[in-house]
Amino acid sequence: MGTATATDPYRKVQDVAGFADVPLKEKQRLVDQVVADPRFEEYLYGCYECGICVAACPSARFYDFSPRRVAQAAARRDVELMYQQMQEDIWECSQCFSCLRCPRGNNPGGIITVMREVAVNNGLASAREALEGYSRIIYKIMSTGTQVSPDMLQPDAFPDWGPEVADVSEHLELWRRALPPETHHTTKTGWAVAEKTLIELYLIWLETGALDMINQVDEGLHMILEEVMEERLEEEGIEV
Amino acid sequence: MTTIPVEMVMAKKERFERGADRRSADFHEQLFALEDAGELIVQRVPDNNVVVNTKYGVPKKIPRAHLWHHKSCGQCGHIPGYSTSIFWIMRKLGYDYEDPKDQTSCTAWNYYASATSNQAAQAAVALRNFAAAYETGYFPLIHCGTSYGHYKEVRSELLHQPELRTKVRKVLERLGKPMVLPEEIVHYSEYLFALRDEIKQHQVRDFSGIGVTVHPACHYYKLVEGDAIFDPDIYQGQRTAVVTGLAQTLGADVREYSTWFDCCGFGFRHILVQRDFTRSFATMRKIEVMKEEANPDVVLTHDTGCVTTLDKSQFAAQAHDRNVGVPVMSEAQFAALAMGAHPFKVCQLHWHSANYRPLLEKMGIDWEAAWAEFQSDVARLERGEQQYLTWEDVGV
Repeated sequence: MGTATATDPYRKVQDVAGFADVPLKEKQRLVDQVVADPRFEEYLYGCYECGICVAACPSARFYDFSPRRVAQAAARRDVELMYQQMQEDIWECSQCFSCLRCPRGNNPGGIITVMREVAVNNGLASAREALEGYSRIIYKIMSTGTQVSPDMLQPDAFPDWGPEVADVSEHLELWRRALPPETHHTTKTGWAVAEKTLIELYLIWLETGALDMINQVDEGLHMILEEVMEERLEEEGIEV
Repeated sequence: MTTIPVEMVMAKKERFERGADRRSADFHEQLFALEDAGELIVQRVPDNNVVVNTKYGVPKKIPRAHLWHHKSCGQCGHIPGYSTSIFWIMRKLGYDYEDPKDQTSCTAWNYYASATSNQAAQAAVALRNFAAAYETGYFPLIHCGTSYGHYKEVRSELLHQPELRTKVRKVLERLGKPMVLPEEIVHYSEYLFALRDEIKQHQVRDFSGIGVTVHPACHYYKLVEGDAIFDPDIYQGQRTAVVTGLAQTLGADVREYSTWFDCCGFGFRHILVQRDFTRSFATMRKIEVMKEEANPDVVLTHDTGCVTTLDKSQFAAQAHDRNVGVPVMSEAQFAALAMGAHPFKVCQLHWHSANYRPLLEKMGIDWEAAWAEFQSDVARLERGEQQYLTWEDVGV
């Protein structure tokens, strides 16, 4: 890893991150949003620099990533470093929360959740890049209320999962009918979700601004989801 | 085969007890205070329950019957023998339940993967599901470890943030739903642990020769850890007791390995769009270590993502001559097999990747005959003689 200056060994060279620099004021605005989240103060109490979080962290073993660095940057309100982390590091986190082993009660994984939310809300390049190829999943969860479906098990999508994926795909409709639970006979959703339930879910996405967030990272997907939801709600006579 | 001298180390300690400064607060008092203030309804655990011990000694009531099954995306979608086994065990034990269509995902897999949601939305999704359970009169049982962990987070945030409660209440009013939190958030692995002696009474297969390693799921015991079940008789109360307690009760040989605390490598986002990380971590930090230190016949775990990751990551690793090749399943499937469940009609092992056939042979199951039986049933469905396989077809 390259370093920016001799005085700040934690910062990576801007070119390494590969994202355009922005004025300090803009970075400060983003960091202010992180700190303003009501969860933030519950997630950060200080740091012994013991490294327990790093030892427990799966992502630290395979990426240039450190939960300790995230906690320390947040504790120091290091605007430059936090911005760089929002543009790069945060998407490497596994969100397993092994870092909650922290003896000070810090939650670096939680800080990252908040930083990711800010990255999405502001359409940062890192969020767009990290979520490339992920759109179909967002579409599935927001429009059907289930995250993954049996018909996603296609051999070309999961070639590394072995030949059983092709077997499942080939016999999908029959094998789903061979499941005793009555809710499991579906192929496009994990289980059968009632229409009324879906409508309630759509209202939640609309009322809480979650649907608007999609617009920041994928305008096309947002347009499709908005159309699907509004059409369905209008059919029910619900004013959007 | 023991490689970590846990017993020796623990024997040096008279009694293990966490210091008061390391305990998280018991949430119950605040929960009931909000109910008294008229802010929310607390759905009580049904009277027919078993009391177990949690990490900091707070007792937890686990209901036996009348349960509302909060299903899991990955289980129902990609490992359907997992959820089928949970239902099958409950039916075998003779306890009633509701398998609702009025249930959405907790949506936390997506949230931890993409952050394309927010605190209020996540809390509203959780409370919509809790309200749906409450309206039926059945008590929620959470199948997914991530749903369980996330719902505990949501509960904690709701108890501590009045502004969040106001936001969520407004959404629920729009939906015409009451604001309900259950008295306990209960994971299915807690249910199986609490009822392990009843499960044992139905055991028909001898598992005494089965070597097991257990992967405890991160979101079960690391997120809002105070709720997780710990038992002084299992790992001296130093690790969660679920899964291991059940496997031991069924007579299996639970073996140690050094990386038990490591996550599986699922990563939420990574499993879907960056699986090189997931595969590397799952094989190098989990499966290979288990194989080298414990050589298990099967890996048991209690969460959707962990079963998927540990099972599916092994195939590609074979091409690199890695030391992999051990079947992976949930302890629900393992317990169902012990109770005589069909490996394909109930446990649906043909959806799994790592080779489970040697394990079935060790369990005394003729997998070729069992597969022929399943194929025969499928042929009947194909001929249109029957539309679906039913619970009657699997003996419950």
